[in-house]
Amino acid sequence: MNGLPGFLRRLEGPQTVGRGPAFWITFAIVFAIACAYPLFSDGYTVGNTVYFFVWVFIALSLCVIWGYGGSLSFGQTAFFGIAGYSYGILTLNFGSAYGFTLAALVLAVVIAALFALLLGYFMFFGRIAGVFLGIVTLAVTLMLERFMAQTAGPEWRIGAARLNGFNGMSAMPPLTIPWSGGDIVLLADIGLYYAVLGLLLLVYLGLRILMNSSFGNVIVAIRENPERAEMLGYDVRKYQLITFVIGAALAGISGVLYTAWGQYITPSSMGMTAAALPLIWVAVGGRSDLTSTVIGTLVVLAAFQALTIYGSQYALVFMGVLLVLTVLIAPNGLVLGAMNLISRLVARRSKGDV
Amino acid sequence: MDIATHIFSALYQFGDAFAFLVLSACGLAVIFGMMGVINLAHGEFIMCGAYVTASTVHLGLPLPLAILAGAIVAALVGALVELVVIRHLYDRPLDTIVATWGLSLIATQGTLILVGSSMAGVGTPFGSFQVGEYSYSIYRLVLFASALGVLGGLYMLFNWTRFGVLARATIQVPHMAAALGVDTRLIYSLTFACGAGLAGLAGGLYAPTMTLVPTMGATFIMEAFVTVVIGGADVFLGTAPAGAILAVVKSVMTSWQGQLFGQIGLLVAVIIVVRVLPKGISGFLLRERT
Repeated sequence: MNGLPGFLRRLEGPQTVGRGPAFWITFAIVFAIACAYPLFSDGYTVGNTVYFFVWVFIALSLCVIWGYGGSLSFGQTAFFGIAGYSYGILTLNFGSAYGFTLAALVLAVVIAALFALLLGYFMFFGRIAGVFLGIVTLAVTLMLERFMAQTAGPEWRIGAARLNGFNGMSAMPPLTIPWSGGDIVLLADIGLYYAVLGLLLLVYLGLRILMNSSFGNVIVAIRENPERAEMLGYDVRKYQLITFVIGAALAGISGVLYTAWGQYITPSSMGMTAAALPLIWVAVGGRSDLTSTVIGTLVVLAAFQALTIYGSQYALVFMGVLLVLTVLIAPNGLVLGAMNLISRLVARRSKGDV
Repeated sequence: MDIATHIFSALYQFGDAFAFLVLSACGLAVIFGMMGVINLAHGEFIMCGAYVTASTVHLGLPLPLAILAGAIVAALVGALVELVVIRHLYDRPLDTIVATWGLSLIATQGTLILVGSSMAGVGTPFGSFQVGEYSYSIYRLVLFASALGVLGGLYMLFNWTRFGVLARATIQVPHMAAALGVDTRLIYSLTFACGAGLAGLAGGLYAPTMTLVPTMGATFIMEAFVTVVIGGADVFLGTAPAGAILAVVKSVMTSWQGQLFGQIGLLVAVIIVVRVLPKGISGFLLRERT
């Protein structure tokens, strides 16, 4: 189990659904289709798909913190917003030359993670858990939204970047990759599509490895029974804090990509409604598995966008109903339930062959 | 300007902040103390109370009766919500929060669709009075008195009535209360309706002072959360002292740096208190007592 093979063996394990050749062949086919997709589609649709992918990162962050770690954080959009605004402030001040946008991406995610470290220290080392954790994170998020919404005046500027209050910041440069024959600008188009798809693949596989490693097993043990985990000698607070920071960084990636995708960020992207949406995707998908979270997020987002054509208020009411029904009827999530059903059927058939 | 007017101004601001914190938090605190559940649709119950109050005033009802009507309608809606959704989730507190968030989305957007983006408000009654060079609204004093009245009423309800005894028994050891013949489900329903009704009352009381929009609940919930988190599970030993402490923080910060810093002060206070007293003020007081 040493070295790279042992590392890769962690791709499947007890904490993630999907194992064996059948799963990975399906995975490869889906990935190949995703790679070929821009060839059969127009620029606008591809850009829209990137928009969906961007949200998957914040859904994964909630999946890690809530689904695996068992602490319900309502404040993921706070890290989303912090990273988005940081990216805007950094790139508006320093421009996009020499691939600085990539450095800004990393820096913005680090800033969000540091904020989570500070907030998480107070919460987890104060032994806040369960309900209170949700409330404190939500209060922080709403506070940030209110703070950013009142920065309309000209005195609210950081260097060349004006915060612009409720209207938000705009016109920051898109992500740019420095290249020998001139920089590649990743507009909300095919270029950005492949970049985000690649990042998504890396994050997804990386999280699979992390969750099946001893770290992942410990945080699941803490979710199941914090006292028992503590008796076994694990410092629960430290593990929860690390999980929280990882989640914040993932939400930060979402924020930066969103800002770079649309070249704007507004305070309302942190508000109550915005904060509820990732929760709905993750709850409907199935919070305790990475794959179901990804699928659930993409499906619910697509459904939401289809409904928005008839009016976004109706779509939000539908989302609320969907959330309540999921919690009442299928608390583990609809997609995860379906996936477990499929794997049970597959298992039964292979048993029948033997 | 002499010292007396300064002191009066500070007291007035303290009373205003205290009334806002206590009124917006007590409904949440009653439900939290009883069931250990935070009702994220709390702001929407407040909105419901405010809307009912405003529309009954438009129909010609006098304001006090209209406020009462707002509280009653919110309580009825609360009872319905408990029956349809909350009842099935008592053993899953985190899921209850998530479900109430869904309800809050439905309520906000549903109101937006049905009633529109805003509603004609109600004028603030009673006018104002003058102390020194500033004028103060009399209605704010009424709100302060109402906050004290609500605390007193809750004290009487929980200590002097049969419902209060049964409710406290259910809080302490639910299955023991059930074994002794208490219908704990009914107690839970009534408590939830009571919490929703208190939220409606807060909405009704504040309806004359603010613009009525579907998202108005959001102006209350942060203060309400903060007060409940700092106060802990007990309404009298928690919410009231937390309201007093936070009112000092908020009024001092507000008069020093403005509205927003008042709110930031609240948030910082919460994070610090949470680090020092994880069970809130009531947890601290109760541990001292035993």
